[in-house]
This record gives sequence, structure tokens and C-alpha cells, in this order.
Amino acid sequence: MLETIQEYDYWAAVVNTLELTLWGALWALVLGTVLAIMRLSPVRVLQWAGAAYVTIVRNTPLTMIVVAANLIIWTQLKINLADPQSSTYIVDNGMRLGILAVAVYHAAFVCEALRAGVNTIPLGQAEAARSLGMTFPQSLTQVILPQAFRGAITPLGNALIALTKNTTVVVAIGVAQVSHAMRRMIEFRPDLLFQIFGLVALTFVAITLPMGLVTGWAAKKWAVQR
Amino acid sequence: MSTQAVLFDAPGPRTRRRHLLYTLIAGAAVLGLVGYVLAVLWRNGQITPDRWAPIVGAEAWTSYLLPGLQATLLGALISIVLAFLLGLVLAMARMSDMRWLRAVAAVVVEFFRAVPVLIMMLFVFYLLTYLTDVEGMWPSLIGVVVGLVLYNAAVIAEVVRSGVNALPKGQGEAGLSIGLSSLQVRSMILLPQALTAMMPTLVSQLVVVLKDTALGYIILYPELLNSVRQMGTRFGNVTVAFIVGAAVFILVNWLITVVAHRLERRLQRRGHIAAVVINHVEQPLEHQPGGKTTDQ
Amino acid sequence: MRKTTYRIAAAVAAAALALTACGGDSGSSAGGDSKKIKIGTKFDQPGLGLKEGDNMTGFDVDVAKAVAKKLGYEENQIEWVESPSPQRETMLDAGTVDLIFATYSITDKRKEKVQFGGPYLVAGQDLLVRADDTEITGPDALTGKVLCSVSGSTPAEKIAKEYPGVQLQEYDTYSLCVEALAAGQVQALTTDDAILAGYAAQEKWAGQFKLVGKPFSEELYGVGVKKGSDLCEKVNTALTELFDDGSMDKIVADNLGPANYTPNPATNPAKPGGHCG
Repeated sequence: MLETIQEYDYWAAVVNTLELTLWGALWALVLGTVLAIMRLSPVRVLQWAGAAYVTIVRNTPLTMIVVAANLIIWTQLKINLADPQSSTYIVDNGMRLGILAVAVYHAAFVCEALRAGVNTIPLGQAEAARSLGMTFPQSLTQVILPQAFRGAITPLGNALIALTKNTTVVVAIGVAQVSHAMRRMIEFRPDLLFQIFGLVALTFVAITLPMGLVTGWAAKKWAVQR
Repeated sequence: MSTQAVLFDAPGPRTRRRHLLYTLIAGAAVLGLVGYVLAVLWRNGQITPDRWAPIVGAEAWTSYLLPGLQATLLGALISIVLAFLLGLVLAMARMSDMRWLRAVAAVVVEFFRAVPVLIMMLFVFYLLTYLTDVEGMWPSLIGVVVGLVLYNAAVIAEVVRSGVNALPKGQGEAGLSIGLSSLQVRSMILLPQALTAMMPTLVSQLVVVLKDTALGYIILYPELLNSVRQMGTRFGNVTVAFIVGAAVFILVNWLITVVAHRLERRLQRRGHIAAVVINHVEQPLEHQPGGKTTDQ
Repeated sequence: MRKTTYRIAAAVAAAALALTACGGDSGSSAGGDSKKIKIGTKFDQPGLGLKEGDNMTGFDVDVAKAVAKKLGYEENQIEWVESPSPQRETMLDAGTVDLIFATYSITDKRKEKVQFGGPYLVAGQDLLVRADDTEITGPDALTGKVLCSVSGSTPAEKIAKEYPGVQLQEYDTYSLCVEALAAGQVQALTTDDAILAGYAAQEKWAGQFKLVGKPFSEELYGVGVKKGSDLCEKVNTALTELFDDGSMDKIVADNLGPANYTPNPATNPAKPGGHCG
């Protein structure tokens, strides 16, 4: 078993999964926040675009988005996310397409989590901001969003856990990470099936369990007292 | 804060002009992006009659898209029904009076929520392929169903539990006081109320399940994405096939979402008590009232 | 409220039943002939085994038809069954299929579980490149180039081990590789030459690709037969006859000719026999 772990570079795969998770989560947070602002903004076409994005992405399977990232962005549009001259071109490019797909997909959930966070804020807060003469950007950045983030910690944490697990789907475009290593290990060592599954399952428990605990703790600590 | 109109003042003439400018810029950006993609696809020869003609033909639908959709719906329906039943069992176990049963149920629920659905599917698929005589499309179907059922049962168990916890205490106490056992109270009084209130959430969980059947693509389950792949292979138009497949997926899922919303509104109109109670409770899970769920 | 719940439950159950009912009839039998032969093949391998509506086409399919005819089965007595790679041994063993013609390489490991008629073709791992490509003449010229293959496949692992300078893009299906090759994002595609020829011979890709033509492995394509079955020797006799009367050449030319594919002359024609039992 230990030899197999080494032969198929399992720990490198775990590092890749963590990298996909970290960058995917960061970009999802940024994109999701932009989408949430668009949906809250007074400009109709932005509201509409944000809503359309969320509806489309939420109704599309992640597997499809992952394949589309590769098939449309790389194969058809020929946009390279890594230097074609580099000796790790395909590996880097695959990782970045994977990060992109995961971020694009989960941004929709981040957006909805933030909107739910906004819904926890009493009306009076926004009214008070307006009566002070704050403009929309001012009230958004100084009153609404800070409270919305604090109110959205639990759904954001859940989105992060979902994102972590969903990084496994990028195996569809051949990105090396845990599910990719798992499949290779099983196909070449079917006799170790149970051990391999146990190892992979434990890896994910080990990654997501602390996330859940930290989320719960943070949600309590930073909850807005009302 | 329910209406977003409170976030900003009614725009005056200058703001309206500025908004018009934003509208034009944003509109141009969206159209420009779409136009760019279309232009590249055109240049790459993807928007040609010989690539699109097969899609309108009967064969594309009778041999690929419809059977694929059927397999997707089949996998999703079996999974949601089984997940619902198993979820109820797990929820009951987690609320049991027996401590060891609660502990076992808690571990099971947490474990299956932590393991990615795809990992579960791969495991079951290879287990059946290498260690049993199960054959044909069964290893794939069973892999898809088991993966989806275990994860979604764990999620549904938590939804049910929180739904029951959200009921007024008096409901359970009234049941106990007329001499029902605690099992009877849960199954005859608490669960039915919690369930009706959760119907919309469960229906929209169907969207999650339906989308996740597409993970079956990776273990060769002949669902929509796989039949799209086969169609692309057959007609030599993979890109076009994937675009059409995505459209079908979005349409079907959107329809289910609409049904979920209708159902929710109808339940609320009837003024069902549990529905009202649940909507006012902070959802402990990834479940927002209104049936929006993060998946996986 | 209770009524609604029941109605929804009933509707879900009914739909599930209806779907299961529809799902079961995929192997519907046409005609009332009592004598049938169940043949496993690929349904999604252009040029080799491809399901086109109700028709089956491809090299493997045509060889299967010709062999079946020699065994006394007309075309309408063949029941086609899809046999994905990982399940071929199990399907033979369980009797779901009588014979398998599905780019099925004869290996010692597989011979522990099943027997093989044939080989009827000696394929080899080769490269498919764009028709105007003059740089890639063999695996040695791949350094720094992007090569496409299918995840977890033996050809992919082999290239990754033996030619570490190659950049490997993996997908779940060769058709995505073909699309990327046509678009110029990958420079070569690798697997058995017969499979590559099948893609290159597709109408949509006519004239766009070529085989490098220097196979660097030997894959004996055999006919999978259940252990203990007497069909194996009969298949060998049938295949030998097909080679002798020239039908085999015609089948190759009909299906893979458009890709300018001819089986590697150093190892072909294959000599059926020796892999039964």
C-alpha cells in the first residue's frame, strides 16, 4: 500500500487538491461578491445579468462546466492559461482551467449565500444609511456588505466544503489530483481497492472536518448581535 | 431586509442618465463577449450546417439525447426516492432515545457528507467491476445511485432533523401527554409536519441530484452527458453536442426549480404552520429557506 | 396536505416505474428467429464499432458479421450488446454475450479468465497527427509537444514513462482529443493504430489527419469467447477462411481505407489460432 501511494504520487495529488481548493475558493469569493453586488445594484441590466448567471450556472452540472472550460476556452478559443513554452505547460494549464471551472461554478453559490446574508440585515440599517446621505456604493461597502459577510459565514463555509469536494470532478479533463490518483491506483492495483478508498475518504474527512468546525466557531464569534 | 429597493434612493434625472450609461457599457460588454465567442466558433468552423444539421435530425434525439435524458432522470429519481427514505431513517436514528444509535447515525451522516460523491461512485463502480459478477450498465447505475443516495440521505437527514427541531415544543409535549411513546410522537406528529414544510427543499434537492448524475459520465453511466459525448463521436461534432447537452440540462433543471417554487408558494398560501416556522429559523445546513441548496 | 404528499409520492413512483420499464427493452429482439447470437462490441468507436441509429458499422462489426455468417447466423440473428472495456471478461463469463469483437487485445492476464479466437488483426500503438504535420515522425520527436490520450489507459501510462519530455493531456474520451487535435491545441494523439484510423476515417475529418505509421507496440486483436466454449476453434476456422478468400482485406479497406490505413505489414496478416482454451 505504501509503495502504491508513493508510486502514484498520492501526496502530490493531495497538494494539488488543496491548491485547487484554495485558488478556486478565492476566485469564487471574488466573483461571487461581484455577482452579489450586481444583483443588489440599482442598474437593471446588471441585476439581470447577475440573475442570469446564477440561474444558468446553478442549473448546469459541474462536470459539464469542467469539460466546457477545457473544450470552449482552451480548445476552441485557444486561450492558454499557462506559457506554451514551459515544460509544465499542460499541467499548469489544466490546473488553472480546473480552478476556473470550480470558481465559476461556486461563485453562483457564494452570490446566493451573500444575498441570504443581506436578508439577515434589518431594514433599518439600510434606511439609516440612506438617511445619513450615503450613496449606494457607500452604504454597500460600509453598512451592508460587512454585515452580510458576517451573516453569511455558515452558508459560505458550506460552499467552501462543497467546493473542496467538487475539486474531484476536474478529473474529467485529466487534472492530477486526489480522484485522478485514486482512479489510477485502483486501475493498476485493484487488489488494494478498500485501502485506497479508505485513504481517499479519510483525506477528505481530514480536510473538510476542520473547515466545518472553524465555520461553526466563526459563525458564532462574528455573528451580528441583534 | 427583503426588498432591495431600500438599498438606494429613487434615482433622479442625473442618476438615471448615469445608469443608462452603465446599462450601455454592461450590455456592450455582455454582447461583446458573446459575439467574440461566436466569432471564434465561426472561424473554427463550428457554426456550419454539417455540424448542426445532425442535432435537428431525429436520430440525435431518438438515439442519444432522449435515452440520455431518460437515464439521467431514472438515476435521479431512484436516488432521490431512496435518499429520502434512508434520510428519514437516519434522521430518526439521530433523534433516537438510545445514545449509541444517535452516535452511530451521527458518524454515518458526517462521514457521507464529507466524502465527495464522485469518490463514492468510483469506489462502488470499481468494487462491482472487479469483485463481483455484476455487469452491463449495472455497475455504473449502481455506482451512481449509491453515491448519490448516501450523500443526499445524509443531507436530507439533517434537513429533517432541523425541520423537526424547528417545530413548537408543545407539539411533541402534547403527544407525550396523551400517552404516545416518543417513537410514536416523532413518526406520527413531528415528522409529518416537518415533511410537508420541507417539500420544496426536497424537490429542489432533486435538481442537485439530477445535476450530480452527470458525475456518472466519469464512471460511464449512459446519462445525458455521456450520450452527448457519444453523439459528438458519432457525428464528429463534440463541441456542438456539448453545447446542446448543456442547453437540455439547464432547461430541465430550470423547470424543476420552477415547480419547487410553485410548490413552496402553494404551501405558504395554505398557511401551514410548519412552513411558517421553518422559514423563520436559521437553517443550520446549506439549506436556505426557499429551497436553494448548495450541492455536494 | 396529506393528499398532496401522497399524490406527489404516487407520481414519483409511477414515473420511476415507467422509466424502468422503458430502460429494460434496450436489447429488444427483432424478428421471431429462435436462433440468436449475442455479440459484444463497442458502440462509440468510429470505424470499428459504432451504433448509428439502428445500424451497426465499423471494422469489428463487419468482421463479427462475417464470422457469424460462417457460423450460420444471418445478420438479423445477431443481437448487438455494448461491451465497455472494463466489463468484457465479466460479460463473457456471465453469458451476456457469446462473442466479443471490441478492439480486444489478447493478453496473458485476460487469458486466465477467457479464451480468444483469432487474432484477426495485429494493431500497434501509433500516433495520429494533422495531415500537414511534418515534424512528428515518431515518439522520439514528441519532446516538448502536447500529446493527447485517455485517462488511465495503458498507452498514456506507457508514453508518460518512456518519454518524460512529452506533455500529456488526458480526457475521458478520444473524441475530445480529436477535437483538440483539429483545433491545433494538441499536436498528436496516441493509442492503437486501428482506433486512430477509425477516427481519421470519419467523414467529418476526411483528409485532416494522418497516421505516423510507425507502430511501437503489438496488440493482437482477438475474439473473446467464454472459457470452455467450443465456439473458439470454430471462430478460428471462420477467420482463416475470411483471410483466405480476401474478405478480410475488403473489410479493412471498406472501414479504415479513407484513413489510408493498412495493417502493419511486418506483423500482418494475423494468424488466427493458438489462443483457445
